[in-house]
Amino acid sequence: MTEILNITNLTITPKSAPNRLLVNNVSLTLSAGKTTCIVGESGSGKSLTALSIMGLLSSQLQAQGSIKFQGNEITKLDNKALQSIRGAKIGMIFQEPMTSLNPVLTVGYQIGETLTAHLGLKGAALKEKISALLTQVGIPVERANSYPDELSGGQRQRVMIAMSIACEPLLLIADEPTTALDVTVQAQILQLLDALKTRMNMAMLFITHDFGVVADIADDVIVMFRGEIVETGTKQQILSKPKHPYTKALLACVPDAEGKKQLKPIDYAWLKEDKAAA
Amino acid sequence: MSEVILQASNLVKTYTQAAGRFGFATSQIKALDDVSIALKAGTTLAVVGESGSGKSTLARCLLQLQPFDSGKVLFQGQDLAKLHGDDLRSMRKHLQMVFQDPFASLNPRMKIGEIVGEGLLIHGLGSKAEQQEKVHRMLQRVGLEVADTQKYPHQFSGGQRQRIGIARALVLEPKVVVCDEPVSALDVSVQAQILLLLKDLQREMNLSYVFISHDLRVVRHIADEIVVMNKGKIVEHGAVADVYNAPQQTYTQQLLSAIPGRKAA
Repeated sequence: MTEILNITNLTITPKSAPNRLLVNNVSLTLSAGKTTCIVGESGSGKSLTALSIMGLLSSQLQAQGSIKFQGNEITKLDNKALQSIRGAKIGMIFQEPMTSLNPVLTVGYQIGETLTAHLGLKGAALKEKISALLTQVGIPVERANSYPDELSGGQRQRVMIAMSIACEPLLLIADEPTTALDVTVQAQILQLLDALKTRMNMAMLFITHDFGVVADIADDVIVMFRGEIVETGTKQQILSKPKHPYTKALLACVPDAEGKKQLKPIDYAWLKEDKAAA
Repeated sequence: MSEVILQASNLVKTYTQAAGRFGFATSQIKALDDVSIALKAGTTLAVVGESGSGKSTLARCLLQLQPFDSGKVLFQGQDLAKLHGDDLRSMRKHLQMVFQDPFASLNPRMKIGEIVGEGLLIHGLGSKAEQQEKVHRMLQRVGLEVADTQKYPHQFSGGQRQRIGIARALVLEPKVVVCDEPVSALDVSVQAQILLLLKDLQREMNLSYVFISHDLRVVRHIADEIVVMNKGKIVEHGAVADVYNAPQQTYTQQLLSAIPGRKAA
């Protein structure tokens, strides 16, 4: 299996408070054709980890450690060099399909921007590629002339996906791409992402807080808690045989559709003692 | 079979929307199309549906926070739409609401004590000391502290704010509480805490909940009965176990099979 991305000892701190570890010593590897889910609660550092891969961290934050994309260190790259990777070899989808599209440009134009910038496509070739992409994500071709407000949330997220896969990236980062969507739409989008991943043999890094989504889409799972990775494993290992007390506690909070499970909130005090003992 | 405490019959609500190229034309959207529900005392009725299904409109119409075109809402046999002014206001203390967004639903300039006590003040319930006592007791009951009365909403996390929202609704000792997506903005661990809190409070205070949600996993854990809405209409209605185990309508089947993680589980 080809390794696409290696993160080693990534630590993120605010510049003003270097002792506050927002992300603490995180290491992970992403391989082609595999979906890795990062699961965690808000504030666990899952989004920061994803943003740092794209070099999109806020200027208030600083990152230490190594991020290697296809074997090349990308943390030291300047903006221009990063620009050629971002959007081309690494695609990203964000949570809010409402705010991540420009409301005054047609969706066709916005998909085209990526293609022109990275592949230099123009004219008929550009139009053809836009149509092909829209078809791939299941949107009628004539929708290229629509503005974002004329599309539903699910369609907008499909447009975002079309943009992110436009240059056939090796790595697709999806940060809670279905959180804002209805369940039936969510199921369609998950299916689409999974099919695209397989067809294009991409590595996919999928950030979510929803264990149901993990069960549907993940190959490997990384559980984060307060900036640290507490457990990694295959989907089967994490979901059915979790080892770390936090993973167990988090799973016990998830309501099941059968209603058999007794919900149990996390007892953080207990967790701390347990962690110290372990 | 317990008595019906809140009943809505044949509710119709139509929104008029600007349409056409310059918005000169109008089109009608039926947000509620002949909707009838019955909430039994001490139970939870969940209303589920996707965005645009009319579930939030139903919540607001039930509480008379929004006028509807036709239909009736009976609370303990009394027609709420016929009540006005003071009568409606005094009835409102029996019907409370918990909102979705714990960040938007608390006034950032008011202290927690004022937020939770405001209802008591408006309805003139008890002396000042009694009101304060009630606020303190309610806050402690939802897992906050007496000292928190002096704090402002921004000093609390999302889950704590939702507890404040619950305290505000319950301090009036209502009979019916409409919860509009009360846990959907919360982390799953916090969600579990709030769900359990709502369940405990229901038992202690004999509350009846209308629980609006799009999350079918959450609904399974809290509801006794469930109503499935689609495009303003009720498509299916029944006891929670029946609807989950043997959904009759195609739409309900689709919704249930779209629950993430169901196949793998």
